[in-house]
Amino acid sequence: MAMTEVMTVNMGPQHPSTHGVLRLVLELDGEVIVKATPHIGFLHRGVEKLSEYRTYHQTLPLTDRLDYLAPMSNNLGYVLAVEKLLGLTDAIPERAQTIRVIMAELTRLKSHLVWLACHALDIGAMTVFLYCFRERENVMDIYEQVSGARMTSNYFRVGGLSDDFPDGLEKKIRDFVDEMPGHVDTYEGLLTGNKIWQKRTQGVGVISAEDAINIGLTGPALRGSGVDLDLRRDNPYSGYEKYDFEVPTSTECDTWARYLVRLTEMRQSCRILRQALDSLKPGPILADAPKVCLPPKKDVVNTIEGLIHQFKIITEGFKPEPGEVYQEIEAPKGILGYYIISDGSAKPYRMKIRPPSFVNLQALPQMVEGSLIADAVAVIGTLDIVLGEIDR
Amino acid sequence: MTENAAVGKLKEKFSGSVLDVTEFRGETTVTVKKEDIVAICAFAKKELGYNLLSDVCGVDYLGRAPRFMVVYHLFNISTKERLRLKAPVEEKDPRIDTVSGIWATANWHERECWDLMGIVFNNHPDLRRILMPDDWEGHPLRKDYPLQGPDREPYQGRLS
Repeated sequence: MAMTEVMTVNMGPQHPSTHGVLRLVLELDGEVIVKATPHIGFLHRGVEKLSEYRTYHQTLPLTDRLDYLAPMSNNLGYVLAVEKLLGLTDAIPERAQTIRVIMAELTRLKSHLVWLACHALDIGAMTVFLYCFRERENVMDIYEQVSGARMTSNYFRVGGLSDDFPDGLEKKIRDFVDEMPGHVDTYEGLLTGNKIWQKRTQGVGVISAEDAINIGLTGPALRGSGVDLDLRRDNPYSGYEKYDFEVPTSTECDTWARYLVRLTEMRQSCRILRQALDSLKPGPILADAPKVCLPPKKDVVNTIEGLIHQFKIITEGFKPEPGEVYQEIEAPKGILGYYIISDGSAKPYRMKIRPPSFVNLQALPQMVEGSLIADAVAVIGTLDIVLGEIDR
Repeated sequence: MTENAAVGKLKEKFSGSVLDVTEFRGETTVTVKKEDIVAICAFAKKELGYNLLSDVCGVDYLGRAPRFMVVYHLFNISTKERLRLKAPVEEKDPRIDTVSGIWATANWHERECWDLMGIVFNNHPDLRRILMPDDWEGHPLRKDYPLQGPDREPYQGRLS
């Protein structure tokens, strides 16, 4: 009988299938993974520590650099947490809420497009990658029009938004939303019936509902295991309770199931976007909270009170009463939570982010051990991790 | 104040270890003794249905005694209820029992808490640094750890 020996292989630190720097130490018996150990921390920037030295407004631009494929979702979680801390949650104007939902759903589409592009490319489908990036470009253009930046949006503010939609943007979003379901059909046409795609995803990375909850999986990964949990519907924020949409689940618990769940989510996002665009009415975009929100620019230029307020908020910030809040949202990758403690000063005493990718990556060893090395790539793709968010 | 039903049950079962119950912005926080954290978490999962552990983190209240708080955010998937548990940990001997046997997800959260805050989790299966290099000294999220890092003077502006 031939002697077999376990071989250790380093996958990464940089690997095309990871968004960021991830080192995966794989112990292989032939092609079979015996043990997988993820090593993270290469992108650790100490965002939580930095936030303790900055005012609440200054912390906001740090948040969109975490999950750089879904920046506005990170902004949204943060501003919602701070608004809860201030007791401002009910004061956010209707229009600001609707625009937040529009941008959050566009972000979901954008994030899922990168997921699909890279997941498909990892498994060997080049065309889907090019198509997805073509569509993502449209969302980037919308980002650029509202915030001036294509990636680091920083568009939401505590109390509302930094600015209203520019003229003509609503029509642009509507055109994009109208054509998007057709594109999703194209992706499905390329992949769903494809024998190679089916063989590479079906039965790969199986995790049962019980195990998934135990390890803390959230988002499409959890719904792919048959657990019907979506905070947009179950714990609504920003007026999500007004929209009519379905939460897709699948009981197959494998990579294939998570693929189908995400594709359906993209269609549902378009449905929410259409309803949000229909209900968008003119109105204010900032809460009536002069101690928190910056005054309109024309007041700053023309009145001394406006100037003083602008100066005070920029230099000193605002001081929420002592207390602690935890706010979770349904980000594209799963449940994103912000835990903020205020000690009554203008800076957060402690901010803890619960990034979905961090917890989802923890399930990787469980999902790949016992399967082939090629499946590790498929599973990393299906978890849709972004290392910027994992390391913070 | 309407009290959370779960809090009533916790108080009944662990009357001696519930130190404090507070309500802020509709969120319930229960502070418990660290000696009973595993029993309380097991009870919260099995009897009260908090099946998802969202997050575990440490908080450093430098200058206060006890100095650290370990915070657990629990979520009940069927009733969509949340509960926050806190356990104080002293500075002299910052140790608390692991709950990774109850929720597997606590494994990495506790490693992160050890790495950045320096709180040791007893009986943890794999307590290694996770975000910092293995040979890193100190725990960066502690309040007495300088923002610029250990061996650097704070930036004083232009020198010339």
